[in-house]
Amino acid sequence: MSTPIIHQTAAEMSADLASGSVTAVELANAHYDRIAAVDGDVHAFLHLDREGALAQAASVDASRKAGEKLHPLAGVPLALKDVLTQKGVPTTCGSKMLEGWRPPYDSTVVANLKKAGVVILGKTNMDEFAMGSSTENSAYGPTHNPWDLSRIPGGSGGGSSAALAAFEAPLAIGTDTGGSIRQPAAVTGTVGVKPTYGAVSRYGLVAFSSSLDQAGPCARTVLDTAMLHEVIAGYDAKDSTSINAPVGKMIEAAKKLDVKGMKIGVVKELSGEGYQAGVLTRFNEALDLLVAAGAEIVEVSTPSFEYALAAYYLIAPSETSSNLARFDSMRYGIRIGDDGSRSAEEVMNMTREVGFGKEVKRRIILGTYALSSGYYDAYYGSAQKVRTLIKRDYEAAFAKVDVLVSPTCPTTAFKIGEKSDDPLAMYLNDVATIPVNLAGIGGMSLPCGLAPEDGLPVGFQIMSPALKDELMYHVGGTLEAALQSKWGKPLYASAPELAVK
Amino acid sequence: MALNYDQALEIYEPTLGLEVHVELNTNSKMFCGCATEFGASPNTQTCPVCLGLPGSLPVVNAKAIESSIRIGLALNCSITPFSRFARKNYFYPDMPKNFQTSQYDEPICVNGYLDVTIDTDEGPKVYRVEIERVHMEEDTGKSLHVGGATGRIHGAEHSLLDYNRAGIPLVEIVTRIVPGTDKYAPEVARAYVAELRDILRSLGVSDVKMEQGSLRCDANVSIAPRGSGTLGTRSETKNVNSLRSVERAVRGEIVRQANRLQAGERIIQETRHFQEESGETRSGRSKEQAEDYRYFPEPDLLPIVADPAWVEELKAALPEKPSIRRKKLQEAWGVPDKEMAAMVNAELLDTVEETVALGAEPTKARSWWLGEVSRLANEKSVEPTSLIKPSEVAEIITLIAAGELTDKLARQVVEGVINGEGTPRSVIEKRGLKVVSDDSALMVAIEAAIAAAPDVADRVRGGNIPAAGALIGAVMKATGGQADAAKVRELLLKHLGQG
Amino acid sequence: MAAISRDEVAHLARLARIEMTDAELDHLASEMDLILESVSRVQGVAGADIPPTSHAIAMQNVMRPDVVVPSLTPEEALSGAPAREEDRFKVPQILGEE
Repeated sequence: MSTPIIHQTAAEMSADLASGSVTAVELANAHYDRIAAVDGDVHAFLHLDREGALAQAASVDASRKAGEKLHPLAGVPLALKDVLTQKGVPTTCGSKMLEGWRPPYDSTVVANLKKAGVVILGKTNMDEFAMGSSTENSAYGPTHNPWDLSRIPGGSGGGSSAALAAFEAPLAIGTDTGGSIRQPAAVTGTVGVKPTYGAVSRYGLVAFSSSLDQAGPCARTVLDTAMLHEVIAGYDAKDSTSINAPVGKMIEAAKKLDVKGMKIGVVKELSGEGYQAGVLTRFNEALDLLVAAGAEIVEVSTPSFEYALAAYYLIAPSETSSNLARFDSMRYGIRIGDDGSRSAEEVMNMTREVGFGKEVKRRIILGTYALSSGYYDAYYGSAQKVRTLIKRDYEAAFAKVDVLVSPTCPTTAFKIGEKSDDPLAMYLNDVATIPVNLAGIGGMSLPCGLAPEDGLPVGFQIMSPALKDELMYHVGGTLEAALQSKWGKPLYASAPELAVK
Repeated sequence: MALNYDQALEIYEPTLGLEVHVELNTNSKMFCGCATEFGASPNTQTCPVCLGLPGSLPVVNAKAIESSIRIGLALNCSITPFSRFARKNYFYPDMPKNFQTSQYDEPICVNGYLDVTIDTDEGPKVYRVEIERVHMEEDTGKSLHVGGATGRIHGAEHSLLDYNRAGIPLVEIVTRIVPGTDKYAPEVARAYVAELRDILRSLGVSDVKMEQGSLRCDANVSIAPRGSGTLGTRSETKNVNSLRSVERAVRGEIVRQANRLQAGERIIQETRHFQEESGETRSGRSKEQAEDYRYFPEPDLLPIVADPAWVEELKAALPEKPSIRRKKLQEAWGVPDKEMAAMVNAELLDTVEETVALGAEPTKARSWWLGEVSRLANEKSVEPTSLIKPSEVAEIITLIAAGELTDKLARQVVEGVINGEGTPRSVIEKRGLKVVSDDSALMVAIEAAIAAAPDVADRVRGGNIPAAGALIGAVMKATGGQADAAKVRELLLKHLGQG
Repeated sequence: MAAISRDEVAHLARLARIEMTDAELDHLASEMDLILESVSRVQGVAGADIPPTSHAIAMQNVMRPDVVVPSLTPEEALSGAPAREEDRFKVPQILGEE
């Protein structure tokens, strides 16, 4: 018996579409059926654009029938994180503030997806304005981890990672400011890549922290992720920080399956104390597989990483406090308290009180403080200097090794509600992913097994120097193949069956 | 008893600083490709970027950078090797992102100066106005306040916003304190803005129309007791929409502050708004609760590192300085200082130059523009150049020189052109304003004039040439002004044996 | 001693234009205290000779040519407006500066 179509990889779907054994419309409908069956429990999606998606699918099918040359991913469905604008389709960023807002323009990521013929099923849940590590900060309710519905799917992109793990979509887009692609990938047993800063256009990505935000591809396999990466990456004149250089050959790298002669550095500061035993067990086993595949493993020290979390929780809130100032009810979004007697200022105050959730307010206040006159040098200024030190640590490390590796996060998925009242404990989830954002380099998380103590997925992080994202795919593809040959099947195939409605 | 300006100056010494905002005349906005036409229908020149829609990102307009550097060079500034944009964070509904993308501690140009000359009791004197910085920023949208008694913001029921202007490139030129202006502070302020405007116009970087807001001046004024060696608390006067207003605003602020201090009150650091009608300033937002703008480097934009070779290229290609050009024109035209100053003050130098270039004699061009045309413009409260074109004035002057028009007829032609009756030639045709040049017809009038005043004619025969004026006048009157006075004089004198 | 007072938090909330109840201010003040204690670790880590990094990937002089591109239609521009009057955004009365 063949695997159900929704369990296939994007590469397999692509092949089936090309051979004509399935149409894009059938594929989209199969996924909508799955969403209807399981998303009541998972809550990965905030909005489904059935009409738009089926129109796109039908158009791809027509083009294929007409013999047009299509992109390999044409007709393959995708789940889009609700932080990227899609013309005419609700974009809420998981916030009440933007309830009902339909942007009049496409983000560059969406424009690229549409151009390739990718079918965008809908928008996925997230922590409000991408602030969080659990998707509990969504104004529209939490998303549940398909591996254990009582647990978090990671965050902020928990909707995208859960959609992949629940077979609601084979591809997804995430955004990663401090780990929002990689940490959800890790806790859901999926793959997620934060490309080098500037590799994927931020135009149309609703900004959380402009100097750290980066959109990236998510999927169930390294190859699928690479395919999606090549679709969304590339220079965009609308984003000043976009890198004007050819996109590397990610697909080719994902297929190398051989790391002979490569030097892989294990970051000393990103393991040990604070890391769950089972996470370290699976991480070390993965290292052994890389050695078996020909790599040399060396330990690397990055002393400034100790301050990365603190620097991040100053830089990101500072930029946020400014980026989120525009949500004032004057031009778009909700408006509270406009009864004809109140001033614009009062209405702004009331709207922002009601429209923003607790975590967003916390960070706006923190950022406002860090940028205040008198505190700027001590907080924002110092954090920007720490950023320089972290960059230098990476530069020194990459002078010795090709890539760096670590566990993606210290623990497996925790219970919903477990940390929601303790912001500092929540922030610690990102301790291993944040340094990558501060330095602007590439980072990937791929599954390396289930922790023995709880049977939940463990993420393996690969970090590559800026503009050398293909190295992550090279190492990741090799490790994934080694793991699958050890297990005899991909990790996602071991996920528990979800109740179908 | 309230102090007047002179009395205020006896007790207090004023201190002056000026901030000028210039809207650049780029085709597109500072950070997006929207058009920048003045007066377009509301919200027709907006996009996700200048509306501050979520997800949008700015990209710097290269022409705006070039214009800013050229302005800096023309103002003798250094172009900084590394310059950046920052975010100035504050909430205001006409500012779509609730931060203004501006330059803060790393502006593009620093440390320049501009020399201005003004007439003082001791004759013309040069004041050096030092420029602290020239930086780039973006304009805000425009709000319309609806309802309420006055139509003003206070008491308005709601406001309507148009973001067409939001994101238009602005250059802000900030002076240091101008030392030693003493009682000439108002004149120095005006001369500075006038000179700056001429420079900007010569660079072609802005429309520099104060009345349309493409050049806006904020005057910072403070006063301190004479000889105290201290600086007083300053006020910042905005909404100054003409050169004349610059002078009036500074003068008015000095008087207001002096009277406050005399009354034992203190000066509040605040923004004030100039009232065109009264010449006074009115209190705006108090800055006592200092805004905390929380500046930080704009993460969505990258530093500007101007290539020194490019800067040199721009410098070499700068147009002639207006002051030098004025000197050259004055020499070429042989115009006295006073008349030159009159043309400059009336803002008609360019117009006169254009008229001269079209063949008019310089003295005539000057006197037509500053005389008759300005008088009519004044009557109508409009700019002289909005009434008639330099080419039309030049044509009229040429016709006078050729003897086809008299001054008196020419005035009628000007009037006709202004009334929209067509070109000078067609006005002449339609109104039948031809000079009577038939000698025999003139001679009849001349003989009639002599017959009417034989005693005057005798005095002229006896060598009293000036006495001929009365006879010429009589002939002109008899011909309804259509005769060429010079021709009449020639014929008359000849007839009386004096030719 | 608390690093940040309740009054300071109230001031920050005003700057950030967020209305907050007394209970919210109290709660946030105590949370901010903990967070600030944690993030102040960055102070003094890097010496005066260390330049700050504002952009991880260093680039400069990114500009666009001064070319007009089509704008949104007023209909698109105003599509999200909570209130409008003809082709303008309608907002409550604006206090303060003219």
